[in-house]
Amino acid sequence: MLSVDTCCKTYRVGAFGGGELLAVRDVSFEVAPGEVVALIGESGSGKSTIGKLILRLLRVTRGSIAFDGVDISTLEGRRLKEYYGNVQGVFQDPFSSYNPIFKADRVFTMLRREYFPGLTDSEWHAKLGASLDAVSLNPGDVLHKYPHQLSGGQLQRMLIARALLLDIKLLVADEIISMLDASTRIDVLNLLGDLKSRGLGILFITHDLNLGSYISDRTMILRRGAVVELGSTERVFGNPRHPYTQSLLASVPQLHRRWSEVAPSPAASGGGGDGGPLVMVEKDHYAAAGPATTVGG
Amino acid sequence: MSLHVDGLRVYYRSLRGDVKAVDGATFDIADGEIMGLAGESGCGKSTLGKSLIRMDSRMRYVSGSVELDGRELPVWDDARMNEFRFGHVSIIPQYALSALNPTRRIGSIATDLLKARDVPVDRVLPELVRRLELVGLSEDVLHRFPIELSGGMKQRVVMVLSSLLDPSLLVADEVTSALDVSTQRAVAELLVEFRDRGFVKSMIVITHDLSVLYQIADSILVMYAGKLAEKAPADAVVHASRHPYTQLLISSLPDVGVRYEEQRLSGIPGRPPSLLDPPTGCRFRTRCPFAFDKCAEEPPFEAVGPAHAAACWKTAA
Repeated sequence: MLSVDTCCKTYRVGAFGGGELLAVRDVSFEVAPGEVVALIGESGSGKSTIGKLILRLLRVTRGSIAFDGVDISTLEGRRLKEYYGNVQGVFQDPFSSYNPIFKADRVFTMLRREYFPGLTDSEWHAKLGASLDAVSLNPGDVLHKYPHQLSGGQLQRMLIARALLLDIKLLVADEIISMLDASTRIDVLNLLGDLKSRGLGILFITHDLNLGSYISDRTMILRRGAVVELGSTERVFGNPRHPYTQSLLASVPQLHRRWSEVAPSPAASGGGGDGGPLVMVEKDHYAAAGPATTVGG
Repeated sequence: MSLHVDGLRVYYRSLRGDVKAVDGATFDIADGEIMGLAGESGCGKSTLGKSLIRMDSRMRYVSGSVELDGRELPVWDDARMNEFRFGHVSIIPQYALSALNPTRRIGSIATDLLKARDVPVDRVLPELVRRLELVGLSEDVLHRFPIELSGGMKQRVVMVLSSLLDPSLLVADEVTSALDVSTQRAVAELLVEFRDRGFVKSMIVITHDLSVLYQIADSILVMYAGKLAEKAPADAVVHASRHPYTQLLISSLPDVGVRYEEQRLSGIPGRPPSLLDPPTGCRFRTRCPFAFDKCAEEPPFEAVGPAHAAACWKTAA
């Protein structure tokens, strides 16, 4: 469905844009319908940039992104609007995604004006009701309220409901639960799981390995703009081959294992292959070739 | 007994009345103990930590007492607390990454701090350099501006500065939250090392992340809606918790290896009550699957086992 092919993004940096920062380096991957792909990386790894490229908030410097076979960089006007009817994004901070001056349900009315001008009020309310129902929200609880009257979990669900109104095929979820409390974040994750089983493709961008491993089918580990490991979630987490992935997994705090039981990986300080070409280490599991990558075994 | 807090109540003033952020906290911290303070946002954990150091103008001391190493800590008196701050009690503030004055070099920030406490800079400087080296920073950072340092480096600088005078109690407020996983591990392990080397006697580590606390804390205190819910050794909180809130919270945390398809985790329905006008009785009862009639009365925070206390009628019975 979505196919990203050797994508690069360069930012102009410095006082007069004289410097260049390569934020995304030759990233290629695909998202199929009903598949959750986790994009995991630390800050500055370029994970949000990839999300913005897919949402066409940024233009690729080199390479291409195609949705259902059409290169998205060529889309303009009506075609672009159609694209946004298929692909929507939800971002990290639910409180800054809303305008605090207006009621929170304005995100729905704005969408109605753009995409569903022909619907009657009753048709619209039925559609909105179904969409809110899909994210387990009670319309009476969230409609006609200001953002500050709602919890972060409710606001984030409303944004997902807004995306669902459009019958989207791909959701770019950029750290959507990082700001939520532990007791509510798992519900939003389970919601993504339900949507996935209905055929929605999800690009789940996160820095949290625990959350990524819970929800995703495939995992991509990103480092300094390049993919260092890619494969089915079970294989990447169960049998990490790249030293960087290994060091991340050694550092993630868990409830069934203490840090003292695992020695910090020698690669923790930045060793290991970086940005090399991906080589297949086993079925559906690729790692960047580098001097320290353990291939085989 | 290093720290003894008894019945501490700290409210926030607001136009609509008092926000009861810390409503009766009683606990002890032993010498050399790292106590984790966990809870969701708005449960009063940061308020509790800050009130032991400095109450800001919106915070109002209501009642209770705090004793540190056998001396009463006048937490309600901003001026008298000056005698204790930095030397006896110290804090690594939340947003420590922005706690450093951007217009001053790290060295002059340190000098200002020491001068404010009438500590001769020359005497402490070698120790400062030694500790910076211990956390992996060279003496060179003293001549740098905060903007020249990365997030993890700034966090380490603030840690070293906060604990420079070997305080008896160090409050670390969300020190690992803004950091990447590998930096997070390094910083969290430094906290333990500071305790092991005796730079600080005991520590309160405040975070919303229970899995980080499980890694470094000796004991964990869980708060819910301004009240203490449970305090126990870290292993007991994670593997044998007695309070329903702690149990549900821990069962909602995914670990690497737990997959949506195989093991569906669930959250806690509902949301915490407003602290402006909190409900009577147990504050968790509206979300608690085990609630019964007695929960309309407030459960006492009392011992349910060795070094294990909880506030729940079900565990007391």
